[in-house]
Amino acid sequence: MNQIGPIFRALLRNKVGAFLLALQIALTMTIIVNAIHMIENRSSLMARPSGLDEANQFYLTSSGYRDDFNEQLVIEQDLRLLRQLPGVINATQINAIPLSGGGWSMGLRTAPGQDGLNTGVAIYFVDENGIEALDVELIAGNNFSTSEISYREANAVEWPQNAIITAATAKELFPDLEPAQTVGKTGYISGDEPLTIIGIIDQLQAPWNGWSGVERVMLVPQRTLFGSSRYFIRTEPGQRDRIMKEAEELLLRQDAGRLVRNVRTMTETREDSYRGHQALQTVLWITVVLLTIITALGIVGMVTFNVNRRRKQIGTRRALGASRGDIMGYFMIENFMVTSFGLLLGLGSSIALNIWLVDAFNLPRIGWHYLPIAMVILWLLGQLAVFGPARRAAGISPALATRTT
Amino acid sequence: MFIYYLRLAMLSLRKNILLTSLMITAIGLGIGAAMTTITVNYLMSADPIPHKSDRLFYVQLDNWDPNSPYQEPNEPPDQVTWLEATNLMAAGKAFRQSAMGQSTLIVEPNRPEQKPFVTRVRMAYADFFPMFDVPFLYGSGWTANDDLDRRLVVVLSKATNDEVFGGVNSVGENLVMEGRSYQVVGVLDDWHPRPKFFDLSTGAFNLPEDLYVPYSLKESLELPSTGNNNCWQPVSEDTFQAFLQSECVNSQFWVEFEDPDDQYEYLAFLDNYVAEQKKLGRFPRETNNRLSNVMDWMENQEVVAEDARMMMYMALMFLIVCLLNTVALLLAKFIGRTGEIALRRAVGASRRTLFAQHLIEAGLIGAAGGLLGLILAWLGLKGINGLYGDQINGLTSLDPNMIALAIGLAVISTILAGLYPTWRACSVPPAGQLKTQ
Repeated sequence: MNQIGPIFRALLRNKVGAFLLALQIALTMTIIVNAIHMIENRSSLMARPSGLDEANQFYLTSSGYRDDFNEQLVIEQDLRLLRQLPGVINATQINAIPLSGGGWSMGLRTAPGQDGLNTGVAIYFVDENGIEALDVELIAGNNFSTSEISYREANAVEWPQNAIITAATAKELFPDLEPAQTVGKTGYISGDEPLTIIGIIDQLQAPWNGWSGVERVMLVPQRTLFGSSRYFIRTEPGQRDRIMKEAEELLLRQDAGRLVRNVRTMTETREDSYRGHQALQTVLWITVVLLTIITALGIVGMVTFNVNRRRKQIGTRRALGASRGDIMGYFMIENFMVTSFGLLLGLGSSIALNIWLVDAFNLPRIGWHYLPIAMVILWLLGQLAVFGPARRAAGISPALATRTT
Repeated sequence: MFIYYLRLAMLSLRKNILLTSLMITAIGLGIGAAMTTITVNYLMSADPIPHKSDRLFYVQLDNWDPNSPYQEPNEPPDQVTWLEATNLMAAGKAFRQSAMGQSTLIVEPNRPEQKPFVTRVRMAYADFFPMFDVPFLYGSGWTANDDLDRRLVVVLSKATNDEVFGGVNSVGENLVMEGRSYQVVGVLDDWHPRPKFFDLSTGAFNLPEDLYVPYSLKESLELPSTGNNNCWQPVSEDTFQAFLQSECVNSQFWVEFEDPDDQYEYLAFLDNYVAEQKKLGRFPRETNNRLSNVMDWMENQEVVAEDARMMMYMALMFLIVCLLNTVALLLAKFIGRTGEIALRRAVGASRRTLFAQHLIEAGLIGAAGGLLGLILAWLGLKGINGLYGDQINGLTSLDPNMIALAIGLAVISTILAGLYPTWRACSVPPAGQLKTQ
């Protein structure tokens, strides 16, 4: 450790070179810390459960176009046929697909009229099989009964009597009550249309993954007659792909004057929904990896240079009794000092960049634990990069000191 | 002399091939990352209709809830109601104007072997086509009379014409959609404005629609709205008419002026219009009308995605690290050569010639790095395209401006990076260095 003084003084003789390296390490740390923070942030958004049984679900669209298209009849027949397919657990008509980006939201109030807090909720029109087809869990109250399922015309403004909401919706509407206690309460939609909450489901996501109220969903016991409708189907594990083909063929065989299109799995829908997040993560990972490599190689290059320039001095030191370990230690300690200075700078600039990102992009504040982890990793990286050239330096023969040039 | 220095530089670069390739790779990666992200941002923020973007204006009127604005802070809705769409069209106060909206229709091709298929439809007025310089392959748009008479006319995109009519001139033919026969009046040439500025409400980089029909048909045929529809008040009863007369916003409204200054006159007209509507009990909020030209509107709607900007800042910082890396390496290299430099100075080389020689060496690294960067940017854009799929249609092509920028950025930044090391190397006093040898 008594080497530190001489090493430091030697460093001061090439201040700029050392400072450049330190600056590079500081920026590397800044980028890596913030990039990983962003990656983590996106991961946590993507990890939110949708409440569905995504691996075993798919949906399709049926759009009528011919004059003789009898929508209500076709829907009833389709659903009956779909539910009879072996391997299908259940199927429901639904107006929108979770995470798909397109859907319908309405405001709910706890009192009639135009005043008071208006809580936005995503609306899914489903029948009594909806809960099983979606694979959501009813944690309180009851499911819809078969007899209360009604048909909704395209321009309808009236609402049925009952609804089922997610626990998150219940909490937002009645913050003082436990979700289960809100069964039997009334919510008001469209001003003064009352809806009785008959059941609470644990979790189900809205169609918009970027919406702050993505957990707020209401199930409404209706089938829609909008000319075009979606069927949402849940299958036994492992049967989805086979049933997808069968279901499409089955519907196409009915000569009903409609098209079957957009047959898609929930897995694909999730991928599409989070494609932007996924892409940003990939780009940031590539940046982090390349940056680490560039910085490490830069250190290797610098040290190699310094070693070559000091060959004669190193030989002299060896001739005067310095051990191989002393020579290696010299370069390792030198790098440790430069890296430490860089990381100290990096600590400040990482926080500064994060403050700016929080400000400009509404990113959450960085977790403090990122900083020490990044510092340790970069310290190790620096030592690892120096190790090779330093060992070569240690291998320089003391005899070199006796030769000219 | 230049050729000689170039040869010297090449020699010196070849002498330490590993280090040279490390510097070139670093610059290449930095430039590649920067160019990839700059290109995406540049294309996202491009002016889609440069020669008249300052004369096309998007209209916003604030018919929203008296208790809360459409969007904080006091932003008017990003679309207008059917009422405003039709009233402003009837007034016809601008040089050109068109209300528009989205819908879908199912096409039933004549050929029996072809299955019916769903198309995305833009409903618009006759001015839509001249206003946005929509290119025609065959025929033309419909007329204002067709709008008034609610005639069943249709303009097809090139792709739709290829699909239904095999690409031949189909003007005058009939196209059956959902049981009604429409007359084809025009077929568009390839048209893909980026961003799709005339309607940003459902994705700024989507492809334009498959076909176009008069907006007035929406009322007579009860065509559904498939774009965004937002209401602050419940619709009064369950008829399509009630929906049209409601305060729900689902239409876009564009006007074109012959002179950008005409906007003030038009804004006065809008204020007047809202004052009239207030007498009828509508527009409960304070008058808050807006006219935004194309570029302002795209900025307001934040067409350049935040993620794209974030990536660009990250990539620029990455480039800085790569440059710092190069400066440090060049510095080490040039300082290691002080003996040689001192010798050349002693035998008569001036500082200036040495300076030039070393700058050329730095510039060479820059040029090589730039070329590598271009290749990497091209690969990077392919990669981005693969990652995002059709969310960013046509935003991942290198254009000549970007290529020039890449090479320029590489050479200039490397020369700048080489300046300090070169200066340090050349300020070596020859005598002192030679003595120590």
